[in-house]
Amino acid sequence: MLSDAWLIARKDLAIEFRTRSAFLSALVFALLGIVIFFFAWDSSAVSAIDLAPGVLWVIFTFSGLLGMHRSFGVEQPDRGIDGLLSSPVARESIFLGKAIANLVFVAVVQAVAIPAVGFFYGLPLGDVALPLAGIALLAAIGLVTVGTLFSAMAVNTRFAELLLPMLSLPFFVPVVIPAAQATAKLLSGRPVGDAVPWLKLLLAFDIVFVVACTLAYPFTLEE
Amino acid sequence: METASGSAVATENLTRSFGRRRAVDGISLGVGAGETLALFGPNGAGKTTLLRILAGLLKPTSGSATIGGVKLPGGAEVRRRVGVISHHTLLYEALTARENVEFAARLYRIPDFRGASERALDRMRILDRADSPVRSLSRGMRQRVSVARAMVHEPRLILADEPFTGLDVVGASVLSQLLADVTQSGAAVILVTHNIDEGLALATRVGIMDGGRIVLLDDRASIDRSAFAQRYRNLVAAGA
Repeated sequence: MLSDAWLIARKDLAIEFRTRSAFLSALVFALLGIVIFFFAWDSSAVSAIDLAPGVLWVIFTFSGLLGMHRSFGVEQPDRGIDGLLSSPVARESIFLGKAIANLVFVAVVQAVAIPAVGFFYGLPLGDVALPLAGIALLAAIGLVTVGTLFSAMAVNTRFAELLLPMLSLPFFVPVVIPAAQATAKLLSGRPVGDAVPWLKLLLAFDIVFVVACTLAYPFTLEE
Repeated sequence: METASGSAVATENLTRSFGRRRAVDGISLGVGAGETLALFGPNGAGKTTLLRILAGLLKPTSGSATIGGVKLPGGAEVRRRVGVISHHTLLYEALTARENVEFAARLYRIPDFRGASERALDRMRILDRADSPVRSLSRGMRQRVSVARAMVHEPRLILADEPFTGLDVVGASVLSQLLADVTQSGAAVILVTHNIDEGLALATRVGIMDGGRIVLLDDRASIDRSAFAQRYRNLVAAGA
C-alpha cells in the first residue's frame, strides 16, 4: 500500500515541480502574510514572542489550503483520477499518496516561512529549531490529512474553492490550537517538557485524523 | 437479452439511476473472450455509464456484473484485467508521454515497466514524441498516448469509449489493428462509438442502446450494414 502511495505522491510532486503554480502562490501568500502582519504590528503593545506563534499558524493554515485545493484539482482536466481508480491500486493508497504529496508541499512552505518569521520578528530560533520543526511536522500531518479528504470531496462540486476551506477549517482547529500553544511555549524560552502535553494532544489528533480520513476516503468517491 | 456466465463480461439486470433518471436500465448481456461488442446509441443512451460501471468507476443501483467470473466491484485482480480507453485521455499534461505510460505501468505493477511502456508507445506509433510533455501534443497524439496507457498492462477486457476521438487516418488504422490483434489473442472488447463503419468493421456483435436499454443485440454477420445504418439514424433523429 505504501509503495503505491509513494508512487502517486511522486507523480503529484513531479507535476507540481513542473508547474510550480500552487507552490509559488502558497509561498507568495506566506511571505506577504508575514510582511503584512509585521507592518500591522505595534511592538509596544504586543511582544514578538506573543505574536509570532499566531502569525506562523495563520500562515501555515491558509497557505496549506492552497496546496490542498490543487491536490485533486490536477486529476480533473483529463480525468486522471479515473485512471487511478480503474487501476489495481487500493483507494486508501490513492488517499495516502495525495496526503504525502501535500505533506511535502506544506513542509517546504514551512521551511521557508519559519526562518522568515524569525527574521522579521527578531526571534532567536537557533535553540528551538529542531523541536519547532517537530511541532510543524506533527501539525502538518493533521492539516494535510483533513485537507486532502475534503479536497477529494470538494473537487467535483461547482464551489470547490469555497467548500474546501468551509469544510476544512473547523477540523483544523484541534490541530492548530495545540500546535500554536506548543510553539508559544518554545518561543518564550520554556523547556520542551512544558510543551509535551500539547504535543500529546497534537499526536492524538494526528492519529485520529489519519485513520479516520484514510478509511473515509473511499466513500467520497461515490457519485 | 442474453447472459453468459462463462463470459469475459456478463451483466444481469444492471441498473444505474441518477436521481429518478435511469441511465442504465436493466441491462443483461454477455461478451465472450475474443469477441468485440460494438455499442451504438444516441447521446445520453447510457453507453458511457455502462462502461463506467464495468470499469469499477460507478456502482450499479441494482443488478450485477461479473468480469472473468468475478462479481464487481471485485478487487485488484479484476481491475488488473481491464483497460479503459475514454474520450478523456486520463493523462497528466505536465508529464511526458513516456512518464504517463510508465506511471500507469507501475500502477499495474509491471516489473519491466520501462520496456512495457516503450512497446506500448511504439505500437501506437508515438515513440518519437515519447519525451514530449503531453500538453505539447495534438489531440490525436494525446489519444494515441492514452491508448498506449490503457493497453500497457495487456488487459483481457478493453472498455473503449469513443476511442477514435481525434485520431487521424493513420492513428485510427493503428488502433483498429491493435483492437483486432487483442481480440485475436483472446481479449474481449466493448467498443462504444458513433462511427458505424469503424464499429461494424471491428465488431463480432453489435448492439444499440437507447434510454438506458439495449434495443438491439445481434451478431455482426447477420446485420446488413445499410439497414442497420438507417435504423440507427432514425433512432438518433427521433431523440434529437
